[in-house]
Amino acid sequence: MAVPVDNLTKPTPPSSTLRFAFGNVIAFFILLLIGVLAFSIRLFSVIKYESVIHEFDPYFNYRVTQFLTKNGIYDFWNWFDDRTWYPLGRVIGGTVYPGLTLTAGTIWEVLQSLNIPLSVETVCVFTAPVFSAFAAWATYLLTKEVKGTGAGLTAAVLLAMVPSYISRSVAGSYDNEAVAIFALIFTFYLYIKTLNTGSLFYATLNSIAYFYMVCSWGGYTFIINLIPMHVLLCIVTGRYSSRLYIAYAPLVVLGTLLAALVPVVGFNAVMTSEHFASFLVFIVIHVVALAYYIKGILSPKMFKVAATLVVSVGLVVCCAVVAILLAVVASSPTKGWSGRSLSLLDPTYASKYIPIIASVSEHQPPTWPSYFMDLNVLAFLVPAGIIACFAPLSDASSFVILYLVMSVYFSGVMVRLMLVLAPAACIMSGIALSEAFDVFTRSIKFYISNLSEFLQTDAGDTLPGNNVSPQNEVLKNEKKEDTLKERPSRKNKKKEKENIEKPSVKSKTEKRPLVLPVEASFFALFLTVLLGGFYVVHSVWAAAEAYSAPSIVLTSHSHDGLHVFDDFREAYAWLSHNTEVDDKVASWWDYGYQTTAMANRTVIVDNNTWNNTHIATVGTAMSSPEKAAWEIFNSLDVKYVLVVFGGLVGYPSDDINKFLWMVRIGGGVFPHIKEPDYLRDGQYRIDSQATPTMLNSLMYKLSYFRFVETDGGKGYDRVRRTEIGKKYFKLTHFEEVFTTHHWMVRIYKLKPQKNRIRGKTKKSKSKTSSTTPRSGTVKKNPWH
Amino acid sequence: MGKSPTTKDDAQALFHSLRSAYSATPTNLKIIDLYVVFAVFIALIQVVYMAVVGSFPFNSFLSGVLSCVGTAVLAVCLRIQVNKENKEFKDLPPEHAFADFVLCNLVLHLVIMNFLG
Repeated sequence: MAVPVDNLTKPTPPSSTLRFAFGNVIAFFILLLIGVLAFSIRLFSVIKYESVIHEFDPYFNYRVTQFLTKNGIYDFWNWFDDRTWYPLGRVIGGTVYPGLTLTAGTIWEVLQSLNIPLSVETVCVFTAPVFSAFAAWATYLLTKEVKGTGAGLTAAVLLAMVPSYISRSVAGSYDNEAVAIFALIFTFYLYIKTLNTGSLFYATLNSIAYFYMVCSWGGYTFIINLIPMHVLLCIVTGRYSSRLYIAYAPLVVLGTLLAALVPVVGFNAVMTSEHFASFLVFIVIHVVALAYYIKGILSPKMFKVAATLVVSVGLVVCCAVVAILLAVVASSPTKGWSGRSLSLLDPTYASKYIPIIASVSEHQPPTWPSYFMDLNVLAFLVPAGIIACFAPLSDASSFVILYLVMSVYFSGVMVRLMLVLAPAACIMSGIALSEAFDVFTRSIKFYISNLSEFLQTDAGDTLPGNNVSPQNEVLKNEKKEDTLKERPSRKNKKKEKENIEKPSVKSKTEKRPLVLPVEASFFALFLTVLLGGFYVVHSVWAAAEAYSAPSIVLTSHSHDGLHVFDDFREAYAWLSHNTEVDDKVASWWDYGYQTTAMANRTVIVDNNTWNNTHIATVGTAMSSPEKAAWEIFNSLDVKYVLVVFGGLVGYPSDDINKFLWMVRIGGGVFPHIKEPDYLRDGQYRIDSQATPTMLNSLMYKLSYFRFVETDGGKGYDRVRRTEIGKKYFKLTHFEEVFTTHHWMVRIYKLKPQKNRIRGKTKKSKSKTSSTTPRSGTVKKNPWH
Repeated sequence: MGKSPTTKDDAQALFHSLRSAYSATPTNLKIIDLYVVFAVFIALIQVVYMAVVGSFPFNSFLSGVLSCVGTAVLAVCLRIQVNKENKEFKDLPPEHAFADFVLCNLVLHLVIMNFLG
């Protein structure tokens, strides 16, 4: 939409350049306001609760950032964390994506050097809203490259408010996606800019932005597969140009090097299948470039000869290379792909082979209503945007279409990836809305100019600064050409029709809004604004009600006011004040990050879930009877066991509801845990119909110990909505040390081994031979 | 056996036409082409060396090969931008193109030095 404006600034300087400059200033202020909007809409959780870090993963990032700010970057790169995955430990420097923590650490350093004393926690909490403002500006730049300023502004304001992006970037959600989405959009913007201008400078910037993306998120593989796909699409549809080469080839070389620099990726940048597409297309684009070059310097006949020669020789070589490549790839069991990428390509892979990936709720496919919840109005503006991108089709708009199609597919596989769909949907909807507004306002302006022409006696240039009048003149000239062309050539009817159709189609598109009365365009304008209003209302509601829960603090409204459930922090504070620094705490892996960050105690398993056997060990312990569980935990030097129980208050995400995963994951590694032992009629039950294995398992006992004391003997579980099966029992190997106010977190201590066994030595010799090793020095291997 | 002389003749005619067309290119482009061939040749030598000796410091091998391939690619980009027959870049002064080339090479070699190990 920049083209008509340019044509107009040339003929009439003063008023049109003034309007142009005025438009630019307004655009600047709009962008500023969009940034403020994106920042403020994410502050609901800070207002409603407090400035606290949410959920589970952000606590790990917060702990790493604390370490970075305290010890500096060299210690950060070389950090070996022994407070987690006891006794294995975790190499933090080599397994974490450093982009987020380095960004927040840098911001904190800069603020400290300016003597602004913000704590690390405040910087971490507010990193996500700040970077979402940057992401909105990056969307403006990207859409401006595709379609123009108007579409850019619309897309930016849509992205500032889209609920899907808000859900992962509220104030307090200190996770990788907070900076990664900004890096993604910015990298795409620089790629399109290089494609449009062919400048090597922007290609360098593109590689550096890609480096920032690789540092930030594992989803960088989306970029390094989407861009080669787009290059291939351009080559196949005949849009190869030298700008495409400049946009792609330096990115591959520099990008691979920069990706290999990040320790998490390392040599995976050249050895895993996720990157092979880029190398393949690198070779293809060189072949195509060579072919075009030779075509340019040879005569057509010679080129045909060259083509036949090359095809016959090259085909043989190609087949040999492909055969070798296939053999190398097929020799590895997963064909060179990592587990997570395979579960994206084949959605059933994870549930068959890797139950841990299948158990994460974010990795489930989304339901249909979640598309409308997360994208709202955009869900049906996107197809209009696709059509608008096709007319006219350029390299940039074909890229945006491809990006949208790929992200729709991946969002259908995993609900977490709806986040990648959000920018594409915003760009498309921005283009669609901008085109619609263009048509409506153009028809209104045309009508107004016609009206004022009608009221005045002479037509055309006397109208002050009316930018529709040159268009009128263009129309009149085309009509004259039209009539001229009709008379001389009676022969070639097709050509005639084409000549007539082109100007008449143009005049038709100018006239179409006026075929309907202008009231229709006013009404349509009003309806479009109303549509935008619905979107804003829904986004603000989603940000305020649905996505602002910090999940470490829970609230509920009842007839006597607001109840706050702060049990998690209560439990972690108790742990940090009442246990020794070196004590090990065992819990299910969901709470590992929070325990290390807030309670500062060593844990056995945490959310990183990199070691399936270790998690299966903990799962087996939770599913076994008390004695076997004590043996397992004792072999891991565990002192305290932590369980989360929601039965008293009705908190549904407690450990009994997660119990099926403990059984499945444990049973996947230790065959003596069989899932049918815990099921009655195919269901996990904890009432009187539960199986004895279930009633004897550690998880049942630790959750429901003394539960009947809360409601006078009934033991009614509010989440499962039944009374529990075994009501009165004692714990023999564990003792309860702390239960929080609403019974949500319960902490137990392992009882030490008895010094002597009373009364057993008088029994038969076979029994003594089996019992004496217990009190002796040899520890039995608990699971043989 | 009537085919092979014709294909041989064709190949020779093709070779001659290629050579004559290429000799018509200006000298500065030929220098850039020579640089590209040199860089690719060095990369090939490194690959052969790795095949003989083994790939133990893999990062050194990777940085060596990728620096040669990278500078070759950047030289090709420079050639595209400097070539007077390219209509898309006729507004770009060759000094600007060369400055971009130098900048890109600087970034590339900075990364290489870091990765060399």
